[in-house]
Amino acid sequence: MSTQEVTKTRSRALIEGVRASSWQSRIAVALVVALLVILLEQAAKEPDQFVAQLIIGITNGAIIALIALGYTLVYGIIELINFAHGDNFMIGSFVGLTVLSGTFLGLEFFGAIGGEGGTFLNVLGVLLALVVAMVVCGLLNVGIERVAYKPLRNSPRLAVLITAIGMSFILQNLGLVWKGPAQVPFPELISDANILPGDSIVFRWKDLFIVGVTVPLLVGLSYFISNTKQGKAMRAVAQDKEAASMMGINVNRTISITFLLGGILAGASGVMYGLFNGITVFNVGFTQGLYAFTAAVLGGIGNLTGAVVGGFLIGIIGSMADQYIGVEWTAIVIFSVLILVLVFRPRGLLGDRSAVQGGGE
Amino acid sequence: MGRVRSRVVLAALGVTSVLLAAGCGGASGGGGGGEAETVKIVSDLPRQGANRAQTTTMVNAIELAIQQRDGKAGDIRIEYESLDDATAQAGAWDEAKCGENAQKAAQDEDIVGWIGPFNSGCAAVEIPILNRAGLGMISPANTYIGLTKPSPDPSEPDKYYPTGKRNYARVIVADDEQGQAGAILMEEEDIESVYILDDKQIYGKGLADEVQKSAEELGIEILGREGIDSKAANYRSLMNKIKETDPDAIYFGGIIEQNSAQLIKDKVGAGMNNEDVAFIGPDGIFVDELLSQAGDAAEGIYITFGGLPESELSAEGQEFVETYESRYDDDVQPYTAYAYEAANVMLDAIELASEEAGGEVPDREAVVEQIFATEDFEGVLGTWSFDEDGDTSLTELSVQRVKNGAFEYQRTIDADEM
Repeated sequence: MSTQEVTKTRSRALIEGVRASSWQSRIAVALVVALLVILLEQAAKEPDQFVAQLIIGITNGAIIALIALGYTLVYGIIELINFAHGDNFMIGSFVGLTVLSGTFLGLEFFGAIGGEGGTFLNVLGVLLALVVAMVVCGLLNVGIERVAYKPLRNSPRLAVLITAIGMSFILQNLGLVWKGPAQVPFPELISDANILPGDSIVFRWKDLFIVGVTVPLLVGLSYFISNTKQGKAMRAVAQDKEAASMMGINVNRTISITFLLGGILAGASGVMYGLFNGITVFNVGFTQGLYAFTAAVLGGIGNLTGAVVGGFLIGIIGSMADQYIGVEWTAIVIFSVLILVLVFRPRGLLGDRSAVQGGGE
Repeated sequence: MGRVRSRVVLAALGVTSVLLAAGCGGASGGGGGGEAETVKIVSDLPRQGANRAQTTTMVNAIELAIQQRDGKAGDIRIEYESLDDATAQAGAWDEAKCGENAQKAAQDEDIVGWIGPFNSGCAAVEIPILNRAGLGMISPANTYIGLTKPSPDPSEPDKYYPTGKRNYARVIVADDEQGQAGAILMEEEDIESVYILDDKQIYGKGLADEVQKSAEELGIEILGREGIDSKAANYRSLMNKIKETDPDAIYFGGIIEQNSAQLIKDKVGAGMNNEDVAFIGPDGIFVDELLSQAGDAAEGIYITFGGLPESELSAEGQEFVETYESRYDDDVQPYTAYAYEAANVMLDAIELASEEAGGEVPDREAVVEQIFATEDFEGVLGTWSFDEDGDTSLTELSVQRVKNGAFEYQRTIDADEM
């Protein structure tokens, strides 16, 4: 077949597709195209502002994406919405703060922070906070599963859902007892200075930090699930628990490891959130968790790529709405997009067959 | 503080037992002579969240006012209870809790006076309930204009007073004047354009409206006006957008609990430092906690306050600050003196009302009348009166600026001069 023929068949298939589609999806496509055109027009008018907002959206979205992965991992394997996940994220930020503020076991590692400690100490502190928070949150998530979800694995779905909400409240109130009801500041360990020359486009060290932690985590997770034996076991359990156990896979351990992974991501994102925004509070998990859950559903719950796409989309839609529509409208825009997506694609953008099960639709 | 409270409680217990004894003795109607009757006053403040340190000093100040009168108003013993209108879950004042506190007080007939609340949004819930109950209220801190005076909302203030009779007064200067003060400050600092933000609450939005109005009158350009989402993770997109409009100043109408520190951090983080682009906030963020939350980013911000800081108070005011700081471990906060003043006005009103009733326990209506009759009151805030709306005759406001990690008094602005 010549290239010309290929193009011909392709365009014919496209026309066929348009003919077969319902008028609702045509409207939806038209709407999306119109929105993109408006956005691009704005982008052409003021490219700097557009790029700046895009960077903000991506960095905000990265944190949401990491939390969303925790929701979607657990859903992919035991079809449970782990409502305590957002609060686990909050615990992660508190653990990070505790390590950094040096109130940990009375150690004063980072007592006099504020740049004077030197870059080396700062990097060390950030790494230590990340690792400790990841370990604590990972184990916490495993513990929550053991105590609150595992005994109910064969009970009606509603029972587990309620214990999940219960765990969420317990963690939130523990956070409240731990750090009090007011916002608590995070030490400024990462510079606000711009990396790029000039000040037309701002890409700060903080932004680099977010990208620099998110990308390896995503790559690592994806490698773990697709290339390791344990990842294979996870995929098998997600497909069919009974068949997997008949094949000699330890289902309980596999589920525990899934929760461990989710908790690790929550811990990392908690510390990143604190270092990035500079403030954290005991109920931060609720709002961030809600956005992350929305992201997971938007991308297709259970689908790992979907959660990441959904997270970035929500971040970018949020910053674009802040810029071009108005702050009052941001939440309305985000949730309208969610409703629209679910109306036209009830399984989310990339479909809800989990990536754990083999990815995509 | 614990000791002080237990002393008050002890006094109250003592009084109760005396009364009980009198009752058992079969005394027929108040002829006992000597033993005092008891009434109760309550305060209603957010005791949890970012304002906790401040409201603790306010409760101390009220207890101090009662102690200094030996626990009495005239011959009537005063029992005091501090109510909390915040929930731990919210970390701030909570509408449902405000309503609940007011309902309880409305039904407790021993209560003849109410000091508070702290937040205007809370007052909007409580005033109608306590108005029906006829309970007199004195707020040390509410500044939202519509609570007592006409506002852009035509149903205000009448919707708060279902009985048609006023029962609410405040010792702090209201936001029409704080709004003017904000605009005057901008003019004095040669600010030609401002971007106005609010936290979408009744107080923050109302105040931002007043600032906008006054700024327009003074010819300051309004570059934009938006209400922030207090639950947002950060405000970087918003600040980036504001930066593009190149303002001389950003005004924020809101309270500290609504993520104000994050807003300030992100403003500075977006490359608008507080020298080139001024940040002006109201009394709602005039809390030490803000400085620890926002850190270096708070350096150089301006705060308007519908009153005077402790250093500028009258001689009585200085005396109060000294007494307070000698008795309690914590330092006087911006609203401490206002709570003390509110308590003294309330105690005077109860005393006068009981004198009129011939030394008997006064009824709520008489106390309300005496509150509104307050004239040329010589207190820690100076000499002032309540007008028929329950607003103070004082018009002086102050401007502070954050310097070296502390609020520093800058100057006084008289809103009457505008």
